[in-house]
Amino acid sequence: MSTGAAARPLAQPARAEAPVWVDAVGVRAGSIVAALAVGAIFLAATGHDPVHAYREMVVGAFGSSFAVEQTLVKAIPLSLAGLGVALAFTMGLWNVGAEGQLAVGALAASWLALSAGALPAAVMLPGLLLLGALGGAAWALTPAVLRAYAGVSEIISTLMLNYVALLWVDYLVFGAWADPTAFSFPYSRRFPDSARLPLLYGDVHLGALIALAAAAGLAVLLGRTRWGYEIRTIGASPAAARYAGIPVRRRILLVMAASGALAGLAGAGEVSGVIHRIQQGLSPGYGFTAIIVAWVAQLRPWAVVLVAVLFAALLNGGFVIQTAGVPAAIAYMLQAMILTFVLAGEYLLRRLRRRRAVAAARALAAP
Amino acid sequence: MTPDQLVALLAAAVTAGAPLIYAGVGETLAERSGVLNLGVEGVMLVGAVCGFAVAVASGDPWLGALAALGAGALLAAGYALLTVTLGTEQVTTGLALALYGTGLSAFLGKPLIGVPNPAPFRAFPVPGLAELPVLGPILFRQDALVYLSYGLALAAWWWLARTKPGLHLRACGENPEAADAMGVNVAAMRYGAVIAGGALAGLAGAYLSLAYTPAWTENMTGGLGWIAIALVIFSTWNPLRLLAGAYLFGAVDALGFRVQLLGVETSSILLRMLPYLFTLAVLVVITVARRQASVPAALGRPYFREE
Repeated sequence: MSTGAAARPLAQPARAEAPVWVDAVGVRAGSIVAALAVGAIFLAATGHDPVHAYREMVVGAFGSSFAVEQTLVKAIPLSLAGLGVALAFTMGLWNVGAEGQLAVGALAASWLALSAGALPAAVMLPGLLLLGALGGAAWALTPAVLRAYAGVSEIISTLMLNYVALLWVDYLVFGAWADPTAFSFPYSRRFPDSARLPLLYGDVHLGALIALAAAAGLAVLLGRTRWGYEIRTIGASPAAARYAGIPVRRRILLVMAASGALAGLAGAGEVSGVIHRIQQGLSPGYGFTAIIVAWVAQLRPWAVVLVAVLFAALLNGGFVIQTAGVPAAIAYMLQAMILTFVLAGEYLLRRLRRRRAVAAARALAAP
Repeated sequence: MTPDQLVALLAAAVTAGAPLIYAGVGETLAERSGVLNLGVEGVMLVGAVCGFAVAVASGDPWLGALAALGAGALLAAGYALLTVTLGTEQVTTGLALALYGTGLSAFLGKPLIGVPNPAPFRAFPVPGLAELPVLGPILFRQDALVYLSYGLALAAWWWLARTKPGLHLRACGENPEAADAMGVNVAAMRYGAVIAGGALAGLAGAYLSLAYTPAWTENMTGGLGWIAIALVIFSTWNPLRLLAGAYLFGAVDALGFRVQLLGVETSSILLRMLPYLFTLAVLVVITVARRQASVPAALGRPYFREE
């Protein structure tokens, strides 16, 4: 911090006036409020009562212990996948394939649960989670290799593989894994009891602890280790990272694999903690919502968990208000609008900061 | 495969390629002006649902197509406001648009699920040309929107490559500072390109709900918007090559349906993976072969005059 005396008076008044994080949190909270306001206008314009709809959504998300449980249950995959997305985005890798990685994680875990039913839970559960993580990592590795060694855009490749992964789920649940008693319903047999994650609170399963542990691990990793520093450097400037001797290609492989592993864990958690079988449509778009969660959380691990709970509440509220005749899709619209307003809010933040800096410079120039 | 089957396959490829041409030409315009719009998938879905709703209500597919153009343009105008005026990060903003469009279309389309379309675009053989051997059944026994797609690709190529406004548009995407110095209004050009691109993506969606399927189902685009973006890279931002790519892709798509008709024992679910895997393979080949040399140099970079 001893770089020139001129820089300090410039920065200090700006910081003293209002800490940066006040602006940041304020603008983001404002973005969410603005998105909800626009959503209300949209609801009113399409013939729904927005006050009623929002109240029902809040009740559906938090109004009873059952509602809270369901919200927390949905926050688990959103947190895990969101952490994975945040990790990749921190390095400037646009992994938008969490939905597919989640599905492959679910497939890998289901394979063990369905084929080795005799295993005791003490072996089965760690095995499921490990396979889930490996499955997600493996699915993310193809786009990672293509990006690292051939320069292929990971945006398109991860997206294409989402569709392929979901079709694999279809292929298995309609075919080899179909429940013989279910007559062509697209799901597998139920998992044996040994393959069910223990419950912590109501329906909230062990995945909640795994998500918290993952957030803690990622926060330490990104904030406190050399590895995290390298990742952030690559994200800020790949060229600079190469000059600094950071092995960028190997980091791409590792980060994408870790990102996919987190999404894969989310998938394993869903099949073994929530639905206890694998089925078509096992995720209502968690992998896509995770992208929004990561971005709204500014890629900060603990913030990802918080935002995941908020977005799980939105999803849950969306399911509940269907009974009032409002399509559940309103939840997805609100999520996308929140992201949009957060992005627009970043513009506002930049303007605010620039104005403060200019004001500070003027104050300095005028004696 | 008999010659007749081959002709039928190619005709199906041309039909399946039409929405990719609309969406791909639209994305080419936006990207040539320097704006990456990843929202195509969502805009297509909104176009599909709006076009379908208006066609059902009015009984006129042309009004439906018009509504889809308008809806796409409107969404794209919002996107331009964010990315051009506010300079937001384009990858994330595009993803937001894709997700927003998916949600909005599902919301608006809820009452339209299972509603029959009384007024789809129907095949309309061109008198004379339809009787040509081979080319007739492939190119000239299609519906009106397919015919328009040929014209659109040719016109877009000519406009970009041979006209002054086309040159100005490309300048905005290659070097906005230089374009500005030439007296081109960079922001206006980018707004225009993004809005036109959105309108075309909307029409691409309407093609699905008004001619190809023709009905409304949630998420009916099934990734075509993303495939269109991949095709733009494949085409190296050239609408004529995009035309070829769209038909190549359409052929793969159509082949998936026909493999079983030819008596090959395969799972239809596995065959549905083909278009996505093919897109991925093509993307790899084109990236390795061309090393992305023809990417518009300022793609994704907001431009603000020094304040």
